[in-house]
Amino acid sequence: MLKFLAKRLSATVVVIALISVSVFMIFSFLPMDPAALTCGKACNPVVIAANRHRLGLDVSVPVQYGRFVKGLFVDRTWGEGAAKFSCPAPGFGYSFNRHECVTQLIQDAFPVTFSLAIGSFILWMLLGISLGIVAARKQGKWQDKFATAFVVAGVSLPVFVTALLTFIFGIKLRLINPIDMGRWVSPFSDPVGWLKTYYLPWIVLALFSSAAYTRFTRSNVIETSSEDYIRTARAKGLSERVILRKHTLRAALAPLLTIAGIDFAVLLGGAIFTETIFNLPGLGRLSIRAVQIDYDLPVILATTMLAATFVVVMNLVVDVLYAVLDPRVRVG
Amino acid sequence: MKPFLEVKNLFVSFPTEDGVVRASDDISFTVARGETLAVVGESGSGKSVTSLAVMGLHNRKSTNISGQAILNLPTGPVDTISAAPEVVRKLRGKAMAMIFQDPMSALHPYYTIGDQITEAWQLYNDGSKADGIKRAVELLDLVGIPSASKRVKEFPHQFSGGMRQRVMIAMALVNNPSLLIADEPTTALDVTIQSQILQLLRDMQKEFNMAVILITHDLGVVAEVADRVCVMYAGKIVEQSNIDEVYYRPDHPYTIGLLNSIPRVDSIEGRRLLAIPGQPPSLISLPPGCSFRPRCTFSSLVPNKRCAIDVPDLDEKNSAHFSRCFLTEPQLVQLRTPTGVQS
Repeated sequence: MLKFLAKRLSATVVVIALISVSVFMIFSFLPMDPAALTCGKACNPVVIAANRHRLGLDVSVPVQYGRFVKGLFVDRTWGEGAAKFSCPAPGFGYSFNRHECVTQLIQDAFPVTFSLAIGSFILWMLLGISLGIVAARKQGKWQDKFATAFVVAGVSLPVFVTALLTFIFGIKLRLINPIDMGRWVSPFSDPVGWLKTYYLPWIVLALFSSAAYTRFTRSNVIETSSEDYIRTARAKGLSERVILRKHTLRAALAPLLTIAGIDFAVLLGGAIFTETIFNLPGLGRLSIRAVQIDYDLPVILATTMLAATFVVVMNLVVDVLYAVLDPRVRVG
Repeated sequence: MKPFLEVKNLFVSFPTEDGVVRASDDISFTVARGETLAVVGESGSGKSVTSLAVMGLHNRKSTNISGQAILNLPTGPVDTISAAPEVVRKLRGKAMAMIFQDPMSALHPYYTIGDQITEAWQLYNDGSKADGIKRAVELLDLVGIPSASKRVKEFPHQFSGGMRQRVMIAMALVNNPSLLIADEPTTALDVTIQSQILQLLRDMQKEFNMAVILITHDLGVVAEVADRVCVMYAGKIVEQSNIDEVYYRPDHPYTIGLLNSIPRVDSIEGRRLLAIPGQPPSLISLPPGCSFRPRCTFSSLVPNKRCAIDVPDLDEKNSAHFSRCFLTEPQLVQLRTPTGVQS
């Protein structure tokens, strides 16, 4: 098991390194010049050249990448003399548009995204799985038909439609205050405020995502119910309740773990639509703003790498958990 | 004393979009403790359906069942067909147990062997999990699994097919059942393992003094272990007798055909095995008259095309030897001598 973990962990590090190289490459070759973008009104080639030097863009791309990697581990300084500034390690660079270290921007945005992700994840798993189980047990009855309708609606309605409807609805009924939502509320200092800020976005994301889980759970429970080992459990004299809880669900829900892990990781990278519509200052909005408005390359680089890292790490976590759940999966 | 299980006029049918599938059609038999009844027939003849009905394992909503399957328990008789589902559930595993055809898929892949046996034991015994594991080790030992105390902690995928079937048998026996139904227990196993498992079943039957129903399509298996035989065809019992009668004086053309189709050590060299021509009929639309008539080479011997009009009754041709055929005993005596094609 330890050997398996060490092997997978080192593979994960390699993957993340490769991702960082490719992301860095892509953004280095974009036809935009950050030096010109930060030049301002009185722009001339001298200023641009000075800017380029200040931003550290006057050296080759591999050297730039080297400096970037170095910045992850030690403090990094830009400029000289009075204009000198630095970001402490671990640093993802400096946002010249916002005049802040990228690490600080991410530190501010991540709790928002995490709050959004964890709440909606719990909600959608509960909703999706329980509805799926009910639908499977009441196959063909009204409960099943309701679940099917729910799935169709959840899958076909785009998240921005649902979110927009909820948002308007929320404002009309004074359920939410869009101004308040733009601020970070800590669940530790103000749990009620935290819940108030996030419950509608949670519901929106949960409605949208749980549909797939309902469908998956339903078909898996139905399929597992016809397995020979379920018949064996019945022949032993176990009650239907125990058979469902202990035998059917264990086998039916284990495969869900893989999808759930990846979905959660993707969510941690930022829910762009939901965060934008609900005015939540999370990672999704940070990156969309960096892409759309600021052309803020260090921020884009950092959020992209972060999102990719979440997925890769969660993949590892899921693999380990799956090996624990299913004894047939050999580790080593 | 009454036999432990009495099945009387059992009908099982499944309504489908194409029509009603009559899987078990007026089945009656008995099994006493210490006795092995073999139920023989080809796939789709209603063997498994009958035993699942006795166990109460059919979905009651999608299955029509009538008749009786009476377990003569020390506390009094219980009909598993008409009793409440909860009552039947509490008989399963304790009064009657079942083992299935494919041991590869009949055990839960996520739980250890010990967990699965303990779970069955704890249903009917007050005891800790450790007690259950102890009992599991005892039984695994009994069914011949080497180093049982170590293997009890292993998962099904760590066992071979034959070993898994032994585990299934151990699990079925954990609560000393009075009736054991073995549904094709050796079909999925290698030939060398088959006889070991049959020997084990026989030993266990003696050990626990069980009534055993052995469902199989293999007449070789039947000869090895059965006391009495029920031959089923298209949902009906076509012949029922003790084992010697069926092998030496088969009274139904289907049984005669089955016996001619198995290789024999003492057969004339070079003779080819005789297959029964044709296919079994669809259980949705049975032919009129005798269900076996379209495949029966002897139906022309019965006058007035009676085989195509009337359904023969299950008559006692000799003492305790029943057969569902219009042919007379002198005719059958002649037919028993196989006329194989010489090569």
